[in-house]
Amino acid sequence: MSADGQSWGRYPRVNQTMVDLSDRHRLLPDVNGSLLPYGNGRSYGDSCLNEGNTLLRTRALDHFLAFDPATGVLECEGGVLLSHILDLVVPQGWFVPVTPGTRFVTVGGAIANDVHGKNHHHAGNFGRHVLEFELLRSDGSRLVCGPNADHEWFAATIGGLGLTGMITRARIQLRRIAGPWMSTEVHRFGNLAGFFRLSEQSDRDYEYTVAWIDCLATGQKLGRGLFTRANHAPAHPDRRPIAPAGRLRIPFTPPVSLINRLTLRGFNTLYYHRQRSPVVHKTTHYLPQFYPLDGIGDWNRIYGPRGFMQYQCVVPPTEAERHIAQLLKLIAASGSGSFLAVLKQFGNLVSPGMLSFPRPGTTLALDFPNQGARTLALLNRLDDVVAAAGGAVYPAKDARMSGAHFRQYFPAWESFRPFVDPHFSSSFWRRVME
Amino acid sequence: MFNVLIIGATSAIAEATARHYAARGARLFLVARNSDRLTDIVADLRVRGATDVGQATLDVNSLDAHTGVLDQAWHLLQKVDVVLIAHGTLPDQGACETSVETALAEFTTNGTSTIALMTALAQRLEAQRNGTLVVISSVAGDRGRQSNYLYGAAKAAVSTFASGLRQRLAKAGVNVLTIKPGFVDTPMTHAFRKGALWATPDAVARGIVRAAERGRSVAYLPWFWQPIMLIIRHIPEFIFKRLKL
Repeated sequence: MSADGQSWGRYPRVNQTMVDLSDRHRLLPDVNGSLLPYGNGRSYGDSCLNEGNTLLRTRALDHFLAFDPATGVLECEGGVLLSHILDLVVPQGWFVPVTPGTRFVTVGGAIANDVHGKNHHHAGNFGRHVLEFELLRSDGSRLVCGPNADHEWFAATIGGLGLTGMITRARIQLRRIAGPWMSTEVHRFGNLAGFFRLSEQSDRDYEYTVAWIDCLATGQKLGRGLFTRANHAPAHPDRRPIAPAGRLRIPFTPPVSLINRLTLRGFNTLYYHRQRSPVVHKTTHYLPQFYPLDGIGDWNRIYGPRGFMQYQCVVPPTEAERHIAQLLKLIAASGSGSFLAVLKQFGNLVSPGMLSFPRPGTTLALDFPNQGARTLALLNRLDDVVAAAGGAVYPAKDARMSGAHFRQYFPAWESFRPFVDPHFSSSFWRRVME
Repeated sequence: MFNVLIIGATSAIAEATARHYAARGARLFLVARNSDRLTDIVADLRVRGATDVGQATLDVNSLDAHTGVLDQAWHLLQKVDVVLIAHGTLPDQGACETSVETALAEFTTNGTSTIALMTALAQRLEAQRNGTLVVISSVAGDRGRQSNYLYGAAKAAVSTFASGLRQRLAKAGVNVLTIKPGFVDTPMTHAFRKGALWATPDAVARGIVRAAERGRSVAYLPWFWQPIMLIIRHIPEFIFKRLKL
């Protein structure tokens, strides 16, 4: 046992006991206090932390159990990373059905947070592609859950933030691809209306859509950015770029955040104007397309020792543009925010998960360097807008939303509660249940 | 077909090594004590590209059972290109100091059983006139230190035995490769605080595969343990006695 375990935002910092699990056939360890599974620590806030209690590290549960290259059904243990799956299946013509912006997440974590990706409008959440998993409870019982078998536990565990028990193994349905290449188009748009127009035009014919926005732009330029739409390329694309080889790394944590008002304005303006023409077509390898940040190891260090907070919300389709504009104005006025600001339209596909975050509407995600009370105050103002709009904030990225807001965003919390394992808890859960 | 036999296949280093061979399409035979975990590893290696994977459970301290398991392995693989002996424990040195029984049991697991297996394997490889016998010893075997000299003594026996065997089998075209890992971050060492000197099982596994390919005799993994151990071996006793190590 060692004392470590952090979330990706490196905030909050807490003390907890780490226990490595290396045998899924054994019972969970008997410890004082509560347990929480911990995959690769890519949740941003405190949903993967368990202050003063125990984290069960699952990374050694990294075995593939079965893969059928004819049907694309993969069974593996909960600690397998999506990157491991991709390395295995892409050369055999398959792809993960849904992927978040990093491939360094475990399958257990992908289920527990019911992650979504740039294809949400086509494929929905990760949970929709889960055929079955086994849930190990602290009392030693093992529940085999699927859309048809023990479906209540299935629904509670998908998006259940690791609270219902340990996902020991899962079976997922992969998606066919012709090869590792992507056909992409990047469109520059001058304001928020441009984003909504491009989304509407693209959602039917493009499997992956997402927009980067300049979160400091104001007035006429509010919500300007670059809209990327992409499909898996056919078997023999015109170009076959190879995967980028080297992996850069941020070698140490700088004493202060490198992201501040000055650097951010420069970055954003340069990035917005990086392409001369309004539209650029290209064929890319899937790695830089899906995972630009995975190319830079430990990028979360750029925010300095105080870490950062990510904020991701969704607002419903009715008046989405007005609500997103309101949020962007608040952010631009604060001068905070970051280079990594993302806007996307969610689709209408419903997830099986009770506490799943995605729902029809528009989602906005961005990082804020942690500046203490100032940052918290800004995020509370954003929450007021989201709550008034009938939206929600993503628990996997949260370290600060109020319990009242959580319960408003996720009204199913009450029916979810009985499924929480009596010996499981998390810093997040205690915070929002106060 | 490249054929690999692994004893102690559920150890982190062995498993990482098996994955490298599986990815190249090798045929493997795995031997371990825990059959549930072994079955998972077999399934995993199949998915990762192994042509075929056989398995047998064995408690290495049941010396009588060795022959039967090796027969099974040779039956599946016919000819064995690489044998990796990787089983082991990290004894509680304190317990070994107070209990003769514990000390000897740990010596059997980490030393005697390995020597028994190497003896039996040597005959088979000598008859094949081909192959590599890889045994995981340890830097701890290079010099007895108060913190873990029971383990060190067992590994010293293994290293010395391997050295003699290497000389003997060289004439038959068989290479004996002694692996001396330093600190490796595995379930065996979960109780230790990790620092800059610690290596991942995968890094050690890559080193093993490379050293076997190159026909090396002794490989310190990672390499920097070689100069470190050179120094430690040459510290005069009158100084060594006063060190903590």
